[in-house]
Amino acid sequence: MMTSAYVSMTAATVPAAVPPKTAQARARARRGLVQKLGFGALGLCMAANIVFLGAILFFIAAKGLGAINWEFLTQVPRDSMTAGGVAPAILGTFYLTLGAILFSLPLGVACAVYLTEYSPKGWIVNVLRISINNLAGVPSVVFGLFGLTVFVKYMGFGVSIIAGSLTLGILALPVIISASQEALTAVPQSIREASLALGATQWETIRRVVLPAALPGILTGVILSVGRVAGETAPILFTAAAFYVKGYPDSPFSEVMALPYHIYALMTEGTHPEEQTRIAYASSLLLLGLVLSVSMLAIYIRQRQRKTYHA
Amino acid sequence: MNRRKEKLIKWLFTVTAFASLAFLVGIVLVLFKEALPIFKTVSPKAFLLGQSWYPTAEPPEFGILPLIAASLWVTAGALVICVPLGVGSALYLHELAGDKQRAVLKPVIEILASVPSIIYGFFGMVVMAPFLQEALDLPIGLTAFTTSVILGVMATPTVASIAEDALSYVPRSFREASFAVGADRWQTLTKVIIPAAGSGISTAVILGMSRAIGETMTVLMVAGGSAIIPESMFDPVRPMTAAIAAEMGEAPVGSDHYHALFAIALILFLITFVFNVAAELISRRYRLKLGLSR
Repeated sequence: MMTSAYVSMTAATVPAAVPPKTAQARARARRGLVQKLGFGALGLCMAANIVFLGAILFFIAAKGLGAINWEFLTQVPRDSMTAGGVAPAILGTFYLTLGAILFSLPLGVACAVYLTEYSPKGWIVNVLRISINNLAGVPSVVFGLFGLTVFVKYMGFGVSIIAGSLTLGILALPVIISASQEALTAVPQSIREASLALGATQWETIRRVVLPAALPGILTGVILSVGRVAGETAPILFTAAAFYVKGYPDSPFSEVMALPYHIYALMTEGTHPEEQTRIAYASSLLLLGLVLSVSMLAIYIRQRQRKTYHA
Repeated sequence: MNRRKEKLIKWLFTVTAFASLAFLVGIVLVLFKEALPIFKTVSPKAFLLGQSWYPTAEPPEFGILPLIAASLWVTAGALVICVPLGVGSALYLHELAGDKQRAVLKPVIEILASVPSIIYGFFGMVVMAPFLQEALDLPIGLTAFTTSVILGVMATPTVASIAEDALSYVPRSFREASFAVGADRWQTLTKVIIPAAGSGISTAVILGMSRAIGETMTVLMVAGGSAIIPESMFDPVRPMTAAIAAEMGEAPVGSDHYHALFAIALILFLITFVFNVAAELISRRYRLKLGLSR
């Protein structure tokens, strides 16, 4: 609206029919050109994102799609990683992710509830926020070293599903906390007040009123962290993953194969680079499909959720 | 009875809430405890400034300057790509995209951000490296340059979404005031909105940098791995994260090499810690400046 007011104002001051261009008109034409070029450049930046995503999807799908079939999804690897499937790696990634969420969900939601519902003193909020933000920024390989020292060696779990899950759980914690916090703050204050006015205690209000209302938002956080955790490789390098384990994992204390590590190992170890690359393409496509559909699900739920609050 | 239960529950939440602080402190303690023994063998100065990293030679040499140089090198290269692209996309989303476009473009950026780093590494190894090697006629494809390109692509969505957030905090009145004095949209954008969001945008850049320098799997697969101080951007390099990930498996527990790798992790942690605290401080000041609390 402001722009149109501006345009009509200048159109009135400089009549379009005057043939020799005034200095003012030239300056305006130049400004118009600069704006066009500038906006064009911004458009190219945005387009680059689409090109990146498209290129990654295209190149991996082009060579991966042909190698994915029923056998690939359901069989164990055969002939020193040159044939068969990746079922144990799929299962391993499933166990690791499940374990990580089971560990980080209660901790993360509790932290978010404390921060939003019990409104602690300002310095506590600051300390916690800084530590959450910093935990989110710790390089993933450093989590791996922490897991190696504490879970694998100090607690004696060895290289195992449980050590890997706990390490990944710490990494997922900040994601779950911030999504839950956002969900809890979006719950209208009036609902809480209504519950307290009816004589419910604070805990009853949290448990029966606030948490159910925030559930979809918390779920989004869980789904986002599933996507993040399932694709992480560096934290499980020394805590859980193995290139090859015979058969399927049978206890929380056994080493596992995991999809992301499997891709890495196929590309860097072994003696049949050609066949291994083919399987790595298929594994990458599988992992990419898994992670992207999980994050699209999270985005979808969140958009629906935002609509309900705004309605 | 009821009151005691309430108190107990509040106490439980308080304790649990400090878990992230506890983990952060735990990480610091572990890194220090496992890193410090190396300095009995090598002086901190020789460790940081030593130019040769031959941890398994006899006698071993623990100079991590080549690793630090490699990390800085690839991160700087990534910034050249992700800052213009990320900030540009954020400006596009904020300024030019209508509701319909935003509904598609924002998810594209989020999805790009959720692609696992191993996929970027794999893509870099099988697609990008051979492509760049051929296009630029290089002897090898796995170089600092290739790594920078991939890291730049990876960090772009991070920068874009944080910068977009920062732009959305700029009050509408700023824009309206600028139009009212006769500025066009481009002038308003470059002279009013970008300066107003400046510190928010620099937070985005710092966090993008933090992501690039801490990235592990991609550099492990794409950087080429040789521990020399790079002379050109087409040399293969071994950044800090790659050294830790590649060598931890073969370093005997408790050996000098093992402690040296923890010392590298400690330095890496300190670098990202400084980045994150700086981003935090700048963004808090930014929000205060625009008259927003929180």
